[in-house]
Amino acid sequence: MDFNDTPEEAAFRKEVRAFLDSAAERKTPEKHSFAVPYGADNLVPIAKEFQRRKAEAGMAGITWPVEYGGRGMPQIHQVIYNQEEADYLVPRGVFEIGLGMCIPTMMTFATEAQKERFVGPALRGEEIWCQLFSEPAGGSDVAGLRTRAVRDGDDWVINGQKIWTSGAHLSDWGIIVVRTDPSAPKHKGLSFFFLDMKSPGIEVKRIKQIAGTSNFNEVFFTDVRVPDSQRLGKVGEGWRVAIATLMNERLAVGQTPAPDFPEIFQLCRQLELEDGPAIRNAMVREKLADWYVQQQGLKFARFRTMTALSRGETPGPESSMTKIVSANKRQAIAQFGMHLMEAAGSVSDPALMPLKAMMQEAILSSPGNRIAGGTDEILRNIIAERVLGLPQDLRVDKDIPFQDLVAQGR
Amino acid sequence: MNFDFSDDQKQLREQTRRFLDDRVGTRAARARLEGAASDAGLWREMAALGWAGTAIPEEFGGVGLGYVDLCVVAEELGRCVAPVPFSSSIYLAAEAILRGGDEAQKRKWLPKLASGEAIGTFALSEGTKAATAANLATRFDGGTVTGTKLPVLDTDMADLAVVAARDASGNTLLCLVDLKGAGVTIEPLESIDPSRHHAKVTFARAPAEPLAAAQGWQTVERVVDAAAVLFAFEQIGGAQRCLEMARDYALERHAFGRQIGSYQAIKHKLADVWVAIEIARSNAYFGAWALANDAADLPVAAATARVGASEAFWQASKENIQTHGGMGFTWELDCHLFYRRANLLGLQIGSRRAWKEKLIARLETRNAA
Repeated sequence: MDFNDTPEEAAFRKEVRAFLDSAAERKTPEKHSFAVPYGADNLVPIAKEFQRRKAEAGMAGITWPVEYGGRGMPQIHQVIYNQEEADYLVPRGVFEIGLGMCIPTMMTFATEAQKERFVGPALRGEEIWCQLFSEPAGGSDVAGLRTRAVRDGDDWVINGQKIWTSGAHLSDWGIIVVRTDPSAPKHKGLSFFFLDMKSPGIEVKRIKQIAGTSNFNEVFFTDVRVPDSQRLGKVGEGWRVAIATLMNERLAVGQTPAPDFPEIFQLCRQLELEDGPAIRNAMVREKLADWYVQQQGLKFARFRTMTALSRGETPGPESSMTKIVSANKRQAIAQFGMHLMEAAGSVSDPALMPLKAMMQEAILSSPGNRIAGGTDEILRNIIAERVLGLPQDLRVDKDIPFQDLVAQGR
Repeated sequence: MNFDFSDDQKQLREQTRRFLDDRVGTRAARARLEGAASDAGLWREMAALGWAGTAIPEEFGGVGLGYVDLCVVAEELGRCVAPVPFSSSIYLAAEAILRGGDEAQKRKWLPKLASGEAIGTFALSEGTKAATAANLATRFDGGTVTGTKLPVLDTDMADLAVVAARDASGNTLLCLVDLKGAGVTIEPLESIDPSRHHAKVTFARAPAEPLAAAQGWQTVERVVDAAAVLFAFEQIGGAQRCLEMARDYALERHAFGRQIGSYQAIKHKLADVWVAIEIARSNAYFGAWALANDAADLPVAAATARVGASEAFWQASKENIQTHGGMGFTWELDCHLFYRRANLLGLQIGSRRAWKEKLIARLETRNAA
């Protein structure tokens, strides 16, 4: 057992640090989140410029094939980059979905000419992508989606609605899964396309979230025409392509942001309770210990995953654990931290509240961490089914033609 | 990054598991619950395989493989709730002598503990008070100890106890006491896990030899920290076995026309147990690394591993019974063997509450440094 990089990994880590030192500022205890948050209107040009520099330095598409502008390196190198980048203040949220999910799907299913056209601009931050899967009638059960595409000559005509589409309002291109055969059972009648988000008939409406920010959208499709040449995978095999995209999502979804143990530990050393400093209170200490154990457990689980990656193995559904634990921990810490502030805990003015009101911000944003990218419940199903080998949930709608399900109001 | 066991260590795991499956299973623990005496022959066989001496240096008669290998053995012992004095004699008594003994004491005792010729135990707890230096009532005076220890484990087999005591000036000492010698009274106790012998041991001016190189309470803490990492692996082995039992039963048992493992109430419960075990296992790996490398972080790493493992075994053992329903509550099924052992191991070198307190205190110290 050791924590050492191989000489080759160490050399790459050095290269990554040199790049980050030149392109970004290091985090400090006082300054630990990027000045422009995700959702702010002025983030896009800043994020585009950072992505351009990353690509120029060979830090974008680290694992992608060289012929598309990547470095052709093993997965462990991406993990090394992510580890190092976590210590710096960098713009977040604009390119993760495109580079983490959309473009990898394109690389598997698009034609050579399409790859040449799209991979480079995405890599250099010139084009932003979004992923159009969820619908009002299909969230966790995404195969229950109802958006229709009907063949018309060389085109398909799309009508329907998507929801929870992160970044749709910023995007140039999107990947979409739609129903092309309602007479087939629900997983069988789907097809997969990519499309121009500026196409006539697309209307994007931003959704205001609990915390007041708007990163998600509803996207409405009215007679939107997409050429058949933009289909990814065969007609009726859209589910297979969607699964490939979601597998990439699992690698792309990372740790949830602060507050974590260090922040609540710091807060407890700052605050006074009725019987003295919060950190001296036995109940507080017991809670802190639980969160420390969880935080360290996830850190060392990541080391185990890195070890597997380092040997060229593919990480399994085990990474679902990280999201379940870190999302729940974040919400619990935010609530506990607020309650340590007694009645004033409801005040969210960053100028007045400890840690610039981080706990108050997190109490409103943390419910989303337990839902986005796979709900707690779906992730527990994944662990139960794929790790423990327990049976799949009973699927009463599995072999029934989709149109009959709709007719029955299911 | 190589945060995993080596190929040799994986081979050791396989060999250990094969022996334990064939020779021990859960039958040995069950036999003890049903009144059988401890199996001295089994202990000799384990010692002959070199397990007891795994982490004892070769110069003291051990195999000298190191602590990470000992962690492998510990996990396997946990999987079959082995009713052997391994933790008492090796994780604790041998560890105390290794860390606190002088050259002569190490030469005298470690080869015997490694070969299984002698069996040791550790006498720290004195009843329901938390084990701290200030609470220690057992006195060392004029080469003898006087006081009462409760509980002391495995005294049915042990020859030697490492006894924590204080001298007249309040210094903590670890003393070697011959359990078969004068001034020692051993009274068996009933316990929640009779597969491991519990006793009240009274010392009345019993001849005692202090470990000459021990540094007071600090050595007690370091011995218990090292043991905590090994306990964590034993606990994780037990927890993992509980999860497998629950999973197998959930696949086999039908209710309302379906396998009970197809209901989310069961699936999600077992997914949560798996998460608790993986958190514990990942922390225990770091504990193993810190122990093997005598890292400055060992106190924090050991406490983290211990808290996670106690939590995981507790959850796994109780939810294993729950998944088995009424059958899980019977004497006939093995669920209770693990439930008993989860509670025993979770208390033996300190409760979860006490270890959480230690963890935070140590993080405060580390931060202040």
